[in-house]
Amino acid sequence: MLNKSVISILNKTKNVFQFRCFSSKVPSIPVQTLEKKETERIKLDTNTISLLERLSLVKCDTDEGVKVLEDSIAFANKILHINTDKIEPLYTVLENQNLTLREDKITQGNCQADILKNAVLKEEEYFVAPPGNIPLHEVQIESNKQTKQVKNEN
Amino acid sequence: MKYSMLSKRLLYTYNKIHKCGISSHYKKEWQSVVGLEVHAQLNTESKLFSGAENTFGGLVNNCVSLFDAAIPGTLPVLNKKCVELGVLTALALSCKVNEVSSFDRKHYFYADLPAGYQITQQRAPLANDGAIHFQVYTPGIHKKPYNKSSKIKQIQLEQDSGKSLHDAELKRSLVDLNRAGAPLIELVFEPDLEDGEEAAALVKELVLIVQRLGVCTGRMEEGALRVDANVSIRRVGDPLSTRTEIKNIGSVRGVAGAIQHEIERQQSILENGGHIINETRAWDAIAKITIPMRDKEVVQDYRYMPEPNLPPLRVNLNTIEDNEDVISVPLIKERIPELPEESRTKLIAKYELRPEIAVQLVNEPVLLEFFQKIIVEKARNPSKVANLLLNDLLTVLNKRKINVTYCPITVKQLEELVDLLLDKKISLEICRKTINELVENTSFSPIDIIKQKGWLLITDEAEITKNCVKVIENNPKLVKQYKEGKIKVFKALLGILSKTTDNKLDMSIASKKFEELLKK
Repeated sequence: MLNKSVISILNKTKNVFQFRCFSSKVPSIPVQTLEKKETERIKLDTNTISLLERLSLVKCDTDEGVKVLEDSIAFANKILHINTDKIEPLYTVLENQNLTLREDKITQGNCQADILKNAVLKEEEYFVAPPGNIPLHEVQIESNKQTKQVKNEN
Repeated sequence: MKYSMLSKRLLYTYNKIHKCGISSHYKKEWQSVVGLEVHAQLNTESKLFSGAENTFGGLVNNCVSLFDAAIPGTLPVLNKKCVELGVLTALALSCKVNEVSSFDRKHYFYADLPAGYQITQQRAPLANDGAIHFQVYTPGIHKKPYNKSSKIKQIQLEQDSGKSLHDAELKRSLVDLNRAGAPLIELVFEPDLEDGEEAAALVKELVLIVQRLGVCTGRMEEGALRVDANVSIRRVGDPLSTRTEIKNIGSVRGVAGAIQHEIERQQSILENGGHIINETRAWDAIAKITIPMRDKEVVQDYRYMPEPNLPPLRVNLNTIEDNEDVISVPLIKERIPELPEESRTKLIAKYELRPEIAVQLVNEPVLLEFFQKIIVEKARNPSKVANLLLNDLLTVLNKRKINVTYCPITVKQLEELVDLLLDKKISLEICRKTINELVENTSFSPIDIIKQKGWLLITDEAEITKNCVKVIENNPKLVKQYKEGKIKVFKALLGILSKTTDNKLDMSIASKKFEELLKK
């Protein structure tokens, strides 16, 4: 009898103890994780790497770069097996708030000097950049002109 | 020499016959499929997400805020007016406005896109599922207007990019960010058009609609409304084949020309056993051809992702309660004015105009305004007024390369002219001449010009009789033929009459008088 009551008291204190622990986000005992421990490491071929480089404009074809990339893929792959069907993705914790709307008034701009301050190359008040996507025939015409010029020089 | 030429020609003829033979033997007819995407710049004071001025032709790189130049640490704040104008357009095109919509980043690297991405609406656009109804009628191509409609897949808000000037000589681009971040709506249409003329008619109708709504200036020459066309062709009954995209077409006739050219180009490739590749092409309005663009050789990956800096956009679909951040859609619905389709129906019902006349009149908003003023001011023959505006006034203006918007002739002058014509005081030819004079000398009234030039029609019977008698005396042969029963000769005689009097006689009175005299 006595033993039983002692145990029950102990149980209660244990509950209290556990209760106090809830204030921490860190679980007191190890919890099972959904994360997959072992994943197959994906090897990237050079074509994929050059495509990714083109898409991101980030150079990563060094040994170290490839390792970082493959590590990132391995890291993301750990949770890929979790079933997320019918679960709306959360992309902002503010999704229950309404987007703030602004009155249509001119309050900014008119600061040409500031805007151009960081430009390495300027022409009059324009930024100077490498040529973008020009229609192909313009390029051909241009190369024709060049060959003509070369001929003239000869 | 001669022999080889001959054999070449024979070979050519042989090939021609041979090819025709095959094609008529088993090939079914070609069918072209066209779908449009239209970008329209919104009429606002400031930009979509920043407080910089939204203007055309400002001082280079001056209408740019730090956000527009993608300076780190700046954040987007949505312009309320853009949401209102987007919703207004969506409602006018009977779209379903979405209660919740959201923004996404579309990535690509281009010198005039400083952030490396464009904020647009990919997953949940502002509105879906609408339709545009319009009349297809190009004088000289179609005999009569016909009804056509195209479904709208979605309408979305998005940022414009900056502008690049290409300096081919020095191999560089000059970038102006004034347009970067300017507000656009993109309208995505289903591929349910068949040729360039239908696409051009759709674009024309859309321009009229956005102008009436006050959403966009519709000035295609300024790039305020830009058209991308997806074109593919197939044999009747076959599945859709590979399509090409023609980017940034800048005029209504350009839309018709670019699509027509692209259809013909694809047809000749396929007929010669080639393949169409999925590519982006540009329209060269001067050479009248489409040309491939260097970009997009591989399938683009835009790496769409939700824009983390913008929570979802919500609108009130049910009540007329307008909240600071949640605008009322029913309130905006009340702002929709009369749309072009309704105007045409009214013109046909109320004034009994022919459908093609109604289409042309509605296509020229300035002339439509003239028409309504002239008709309302006093009951006048609507068909004749419309004809005067569309045929005579427009011809003179076009010949002098004057945009109708800047027509120097006033409504009052036109009213006077219409009355002179309808009262038969002047002939149609004199009327045209007077319009020509008025364009040069706007200070005169039509009647002054006509009197000054001595163009008034002669309605005086004695004067007319005198002239008729003269013609009868001078043409005894024809008169004799007429009296012997050759009634056709009468027309020839009338021609002589009007020629000898410089078209100054009122021919309706003159022909009666002439007949009387001849029958005596």
